[in-house]
Amino acid sequence: MKKGINTFNSRHTLEKRREPMTDTNLLLSITIGIFVLFYGFSMVKFGGGFLRPNQFFDIFNENGALIIIACGLSVVMVAGGIDISVGGVTSFVCMVSVVMLDDHGFSVAQTLLLALGIGLAFGAAQGFLVSYLEIQPFIVSLAGMFFARGATTMVEVNPRTVQHVSFKALRGVKLNLPFGYTANNGNFIAAKLELGVIIALAIVIVIFIILRWTKFGRSLYAVGGNSQSALMLGINVKRTRFCSYLLCGLLAGIAGFVYLLHTGSGSVTQFSGAEMKAIASSIIGGTLLTGGVGNIIGTLFGVLLLATINLIVIALKLKGPWWQGITVGFMLSLFIILQSVILSYRNRRRATI
Amino acid sequence: MPKSIKTLLSGFARSPLLIPFSMLAVLIVFNLIMDPAFFRITVVTNNAGYPSMQGRIVAILNNGSELAILAIGMTLVTAASGGQDISVGAAASIAGAVILRVVCGDETAPTALHASIIAAVLASIGVAMCFGAFNGVLVSVFKIQPMVATLILFTAGRQIAYWIGGGKILNAPGDVFKYFGNNIPGIAIPTPIFITLACIVVIALVLKFTNLGLYSQTVGINVKSARLNGLNPVWIKTLTYIIMSVCVAIVGFIKVSRTGNINYDTLAKDIEMDAILAVAIGGNALSGGKFNLTGSIIGAYIIQFLTNTLYATNVSSDSLKAYKAIVIIVIVVIGSPVLKEYADRLFRRGGAAQGVRS
Amino acid sequence: MQNDIILSMRNITKAFPGVLALSGVDFTLRRGEIHALMGENGAGKSTLIKVLTGVYPKDAGQIYINDDAAGIKSPKEAQRLGIATVYQEITLCPNLTVAENMFMGRGKYKFVNWNKTKRKARRILDSLDIPANPSQQLANCSLAVQQMVAIARTVDMDCKVLILDEPTSSLDEQEVEKLFRLMNELKSRGVGIIFVTHFLEQVYKVCDRITVLRNGELVGEYETRELPRLSLVSKMMGKELDDLSSLKKNDVVSTENDAPVVYQAESLSSVAGVKPFDFQIKKGEVNGFTGLLGSGRSESVRAIFGADKVTGGKITVHGKRAKITAPKDAMKHGIGYLPEDRKRDGIVADLSVRENIILALQVLNGFFKPFTKAQQRRFADEYIKLLGVKTASVDTPIKSLSGGNQQKVILARWLLTHPKYLILDEPTRGIDVGTKAEIQRIVLKLASEGMSITFISSEIEEMLRTCSRLIVMRDRSIVGELRGSDMTQDRIMATIAGGASDNA
Repeated sequence: MKKGINTFNSRHTLEKRREPMTDTNLLLSITIGIFVLFYGFSMVKFGGGFLRPNQFFDIFNENGALIIIACGLSVVMVAGGIDISVGGVTSFVCMVSVVMLDDHGFSVAQTLLLALGIGLAFGAAQGFLVSYLEIQPFIVSLAGMFFARGATTMVEVNPRTVQHVSFKALRGVKLNLPFGYTANNGNFIAAKLELGVIIALAIVIVIFIILRWTKFGRSLYAVGGNSQSALMLGINVKRTRFCSYLLCGLLAGIAGFVYLLHTGSGSVTQFSGAEMKAIASSIIGGTLLTGGVGNIIGTLFGVLLLATINLIVIALKLKGPWWQGITVGFMLSLFIILQSVILSYRNRRRATI
Repeated sequence: MPKSIKTLLSGFARSPLLIPFSMLAVLIVFNLIMDPAFFRITVVTNNAGYPSMQGRIVAILNNGSELAILAIGMTLVTAASGGQDISVGAAASIAGAVILRVVCGDETAPTALHASIIAAVLASIGVAMCFGAFNGVLVSVFKIQPMVATLILFTAGRQIAYWIGGGKILNAPGDVFKYFGNNIPGIAIPTPIFITLACIVVIALVLKFTNLGLYSQTVGINVKSARLNGLNPVWIKTLTYIIMSVCVAIVGFIKVSRTGNINYDTLAKDIEMDAILAVAIGGNALSGGKFNLTGSIIGAYIIQFLTNTLYATNVSSDSLKAYKAIVIIVIVVIGSPVLKEYADRLFRRGGAAQGVRS
Repeated sequence: MQNDIILSMRNITKAFPGVLALSGVDFTLRRGEIHALMGENGAGKSTLIKVLTGVYPKDAGQIYINDDAAGIKSPKEAQRLGIATVYQEITLCPNLTVAENMFMGRGKYKFVNWNKTKRKARRILDSLDIPANPSQQLANCSLAVQQMVAIARTVDMDCKVLILDEPTSSLDEQEVEKLFRLMNELKSRGVGIIFVTHFLEQVYKVCDRITVLRNGELVGEYETRELPRLSLVSKMMGKELDDLSSLKKNDVVSTENDAPVVYQAESLSSVAGVKPFDFQIKKGEVNGFTGLLGSGRSESVRAIFGADKVTGGKITVHGKRAKITAPKDAMKHGIGYLPEDRKRDGIVADLSVRENIILALQVLNGFFKPFTKAQQRRFADEYIKLLGVKTASVDTPIKSLSGGNQQKVILARWLLTHPKYLILDEPTRGIDVGTKAEIQRIVLKLASEGMSITFISSEIEEMLRTCSRLIVMRDRSIVGELRGSDMTQDRIMATIAGGASDNA
């Protein structure tokens, strides 16, 4: 028992000095730290575009829809599930919106409502299958992805560009930021934020609030952490899980609309592989696939970090475009192994206190 | 007399092969109605001047080869680790790139082989085994869920294939290279059918002459008990991933041999999903444990059958996925424990004790 | 003093298929008392608690809370009536903060007011003197504190009855001390506490009353200070002291002193927390490890087999140094181990009886040398006949067999490997009387044929009937070794109970 007493005392004194971080915060700090390190390194090493605010904000402009679906995925993953249909749903919504706007005389508002409706329908169907029929989430959302991708081609096979006048006007809405850079010819070029990014950032804030301050959000963590315990604590586990898919579906619907705002066109192959990028962002952002741990700010930084890695790969002038994918895969394995090692180390240490 | 029929029926109803066989029956009947010449096989002379069998059945058996081979590995991985390998498509692309790289050397379209095809295939099997071991170690040592662990290679695999191939479309020289994905001169039956048969025979022999089956099932059912009986779960799980990777390498070989060149992005695209589906249709629990390899292989051909049937009914290749999705959902919903329980309750209340369910 | 009673259970009966888990049990809990519920494995403690908390429906009997009949149908209803339970395994969410775990899932709110929650949690934690920070992640607290947080949660829910189901089994002495302070604090507030534990010292330290169950029946309710330790143990074991000394062991194999030592360990220890111990066994000897549950008897034999990670010790098998760090090493040295938890560690549920029988020998035989189906059948048939396993066929999945027959299959698995030294950890638990006697007979027969056997059982009589030497354990270390005429039930119990000086 001697060992027990010692560790007990040391724990007690440690507690007085400072309490250890929660798993969520620990993984979040690692992600933010690495992002800052990478971006700072690039600023020093490559200069050029990295020193301009424009490039930084263009990362957002390029990844608005990705940020949104990554948020949805984080919600599902925190609750212990997974949804790989989000990329397909986004693409499907995007295509349907183009066709509705141009061929069926839908207004922008009607299209937006339709987008949300499609997203919710996917979320509800998958949520029902996962939480009430207890079918493996991977299989369910795999079918969801197949269905969405297949349905996209049924709507329209050829690439389409939006001609709808007021939608085009909406696409042009950009927020000029008070900073930018001065081009060689002396013109000041301000950094811009697209409408879609503003929507995406608003969603990040809303989801952050939901996860942190609402009963529903905290229930998600409880369910993902230990669904059996959550049940004992009096949480409706099935409904919570269902709602996580519903929310994820809704966000995929919004992402489809935002993606259309950014690209202005729909095609059957667009946004392919986005679900894996979103999952990778969430994991890099410190969300555990086993559930119960995760932070939406981390997810945002996960997206940014992935984009930065791509920029670095380009700046390094590595010959093949394949280095992007390989680096991302490498980073992903690094993070997954790191998480596994850190958490198992923590668990082992906890077992001894 | 009626009693013996009843026991026969209930025995069949409880067999894990009920779902695959009944699906096969439905597909055949449907096809015969749509196309009475469904079973007709003709021998025609192909572009290269050799005899070659044509017909829907031959097409199904030929094109289902890759899936059947992958289903073997996927079944073992599922049994031992209780999860699935989603990187098989990307890994097949790597294997294909390695083969072409070895036979092409530094050229993109050489006139002669730079190395023997055997050497190229062995090299690709070696490379694939390394990646398989990587997946296996992540799953068994680091205890990462299989789908997450294999997500890494899924993300990076095709890019690695690009890198190996130098980013260029490589064309294998000569006709011999294409024999393995098409026809060997003088033999009308497509070669992939033979390769698949060989794989099935090999795995059957392996299961007969080693304890792979017993060990992987034991580990999949009860890891603790497996360890206390002297098994090493880490090694057994890794082994199943390595076997999976050998299957992947063979699939990569068939794929590049069919066309003689490689498209890194589309080679065996989405095949992982079909392979997982084959395992599920074959009556295997995706959560691991007892497996039925025959079921998985039949499952693979059912999927090819379904694909072929959908094509025959003029469904475009793009929207095929949507129909497949519906089939997947129907299968998993039928097999879901919650629904089974519900059905059981319903049966009991109705007083029907014979319970015809799988 | 009738109104002092807050909970009374009368004539509770509960049957499971084949077993009468509780028959006509009464239990009474008074306001502001700590009441120990004692009994060996299978006595019915946990069934009684599960009936009380609405996990199991009762077959007969009544439950009264404050003299009102209460029909408790679900855990939620039990909670509403003020019955709170803290289980051995923590049923909180380790990834959330302490404060959240205290308030999660109750109350009607949409948004979390973190400051208010934290303040409230701080107040409760302070008032109960629990050393935890509300904003700390629960997993970062020691197990003791986690236990206390679970209790704090129930306190805030205004419970009248608090059930503590083996809360101390994973705590160290100081932590237990803190828990006791907390229990006393609650007691002074008028909460009635039901305390389930296997540790005698703890019972005598905090409990006012003791109710003893045995084999699903009520033995009696006693004031703690009127019940000496020794008689408590005898009541739990089910033998009056007079009976015990007269119990004669007749069949036990006596080993000659000059028999060769088969297995010897010096200061063996494992990660499971058993303190370094020395042990040896001779050819043809049957020895036993005894002690209450949690005393470390299972952990010791697991260390011998390498089932838990071995952290130190010197092992000799047949006089030669041996390295046993994993089960396979032990198997190669001719050691077999039948685990305590048959379901979790023993059977491979979906596999057939045949496959379950040949598994261990097959592993020893090697990956590339599988037995043919015919060989497997022969092995299986032989041992099914030898042990009298009742199964439809050799290809029946083991999960569809009864517990006793499953156990025989696992025994067959190890006998098939022809071990020199066989460890049987609770081979007779949860199986019918006939099979129990059969297994004991087999053990003695094997020993007479020269096999060394370690036999563990919760039933002392069984051990007395089979073992020629008993190693007694308490608090994860060996406290005594009895042999020959010392092996009487009262000597064993006296050794288990230990002296008063040995307070934990």
